[in-house]
Amino acid sequence: MVDDIFFDFLHIEMVNVFCPQNANDSKEINVSKLEEIGFMTGYRFSEKSTKDCQRFKDELDVMKFICKEFWSSLFKKQIDNLRTNHQGVYVLLDNKFRFLTQTSNGKQYLDLLPKYLAFTCGLIRGALSNLGIVSIVTAEVVVSPSCRFQVQVQRT
Amino acid sequence: MSRSTIRSGDPKKVSTDLFCLTYGSLVSQLLKDSDTPEDVNKQLERMGYNIGLRLVEDFLAKTASPRCLDFKDVAEKIQSAFKMYAGITPSIVNWSSASDEFSLVLDNNPLIESVELPDNLLNLKYCNILPGIIRGALEMVQIEVNAWFVQDYLKGDATTELRVKFIKKLEEALPPGED
Repeated sequence: MVDDIFFDFLHIEMVNVFCPQNANDSKEINVSKLEEIGFMTGYRFSEKSTKDCQRFKDELDVMKFICKEFWSSLFKKQIDNLRTNHQGVYVLLDNKFRFLTQTSNGKQYLDLLPKYLAFTCGLIRGALSNLGIVSIVTAEVVVSPSCRFQVQVQRT
Repeated sequence: MSRSTIRSGDPKKVSTDLFCLTYGSLVSQLLKDSDTPEDVNKQLERMGYNIGLRLVEDFLAKTASPRCLDFKDVAEKIQSAFKMYAGITPSIVNWSSASDEFSLVLDNNPLIESVELPDNLLNLKYCNILPGIIRGALEMVQIEVNAWFVQDYLKGDATTELRVKFIKKLEEALPPGED
């Protein structure tokens, strides 16, 4: 068993490597690499975590799976709130997001926080992609440590 | 039937899976970004070093262990840290006659679960984050060491062997660490 804190430190270190603090210009590219790592991880992880599941009925069912089982296997808690407009936009709210709990819970570091969300956006996108849903996932910090992920399903 | 009743596996195993997969994705991304596997080795070692700097604080806080009296003591502490953070107990073998060098033998290393190295990456030290962690962590307690792999399971050796060599005791006044 790998200790959670080991994983947290690895995540911090990944953020440091791919989004160094002094590189403001190339920020976009670097975040996308973190997101890509998350995507690869989420894609594979969802295969392991769904192997004993029943077939999903529809898109909403998949999203519920992400909010409950997938999230608790990643972060040991469920998503606190799931909202949807029934047209392919889902908003997932986590009131105590693990990668933010160690940071300030005021506004002090608000502009530095987004890079700590990119990996998790990738995780969600990867898992959805393996379950047959192509999507765009974005995230924003409401008030640290609470955080909102928006999933936009792409239909063709 | 609610899906939560058929959740797969045991909850402790999950973070191992997550960690392995994340680490694998990280290594493959680093390989994409850099020209040679040697660069990746260096990068992983540096990341490990930075993790070690933080991890030792956590270790000291959780175990409240006192100062080490000799290098044998250090070896045992490293062994218990492996148990705590990675869930494995490496065996300590091959002490040098001067007692300043030992090997950690890692059976069933969690990092390499479901990993296979392609032939063109024989220079890659996949687990190179581990020696970095050891170096970083020990530096924070004023011990300078070298750590490197002498055997690697991924390259066909029977087991993974990590060699740790004592260099010197860092002086109290010296600020810790160079980048």
